[in-house]
Amino acid sequence: MKNRLKVLRAERDWSQQDLADRLEVSRQSVNAIETGKYDPSLPLAFRIADLFDMRIEEIFQRD
Amino acid sequence: MAMYRSAATRRYLIRMAVLMSIYIMLIFTAGWTFRHTSIAGIPAYALAIAPALPIIGVFWAVMRLLVEEPDEFIRMLQVRQCLFATGFCLTVMTIWEFLQNYDLVAPGNGGFGAAFFWFVGLGLGAFFNKVTMGTVGGCA
Repeated sequence: MKNRLKVLRAERDWSQQDLADRLEVSRQSVNAIETGKYDPSLPLAFRIADLFDMRIEEIFQRD
Repeated sequence: MAMYRSAATRRYLIRMAVLMSIYIMLIFTAGWTFRHTSIAGIPAYALAIAPALPIIGVFWAVMRLLVEEPDEFIRMLQVRQCLFATGFCLTVMTIWEFLQNYDLVAPGNGGFGAAFFWFVGLGLGAFFNKVTMGTVGGCA
């Protein structure tokens, strides 16, 4: 699954740690999601979408 | 770069420290008692089993970590690590068993039982996570 997390984070000038703190997850989680090594669960995807005030499908797309 | 350490991980490390301290105490107590006394019967069985209990406690601590870890990605890495350890342990023990069946190695395990190889497997599982996922996870 592709995602725009890195771009959205950069637009806000957030580090991976900043985003991790806001999502209450580890920095490793943010890095793994950004690099496509890990697809988040639906609850975490909703939390990410809520944080950016976007819909899930605006952040995550099929390969 | 800050190492991730959740409350669950901190609890796991405390449990491990306590269990390992108890293990060290019991292994020396059992060793000394069997060497220097004529303990026999039920007390001997109880004392022989005693050092196994904190090791079983370590298995419990690892499983509690999997239940309590709030970060889903870290939890996935820990599960992978445990599965790798289980597969490694079963593989080593199965090969060893067959080597013993055909008298190619000496009977007994020289103190290197299933738990030892499972813990080695945890270490290898962490390395496997590092290579394939870029980070280790956190168990052991």
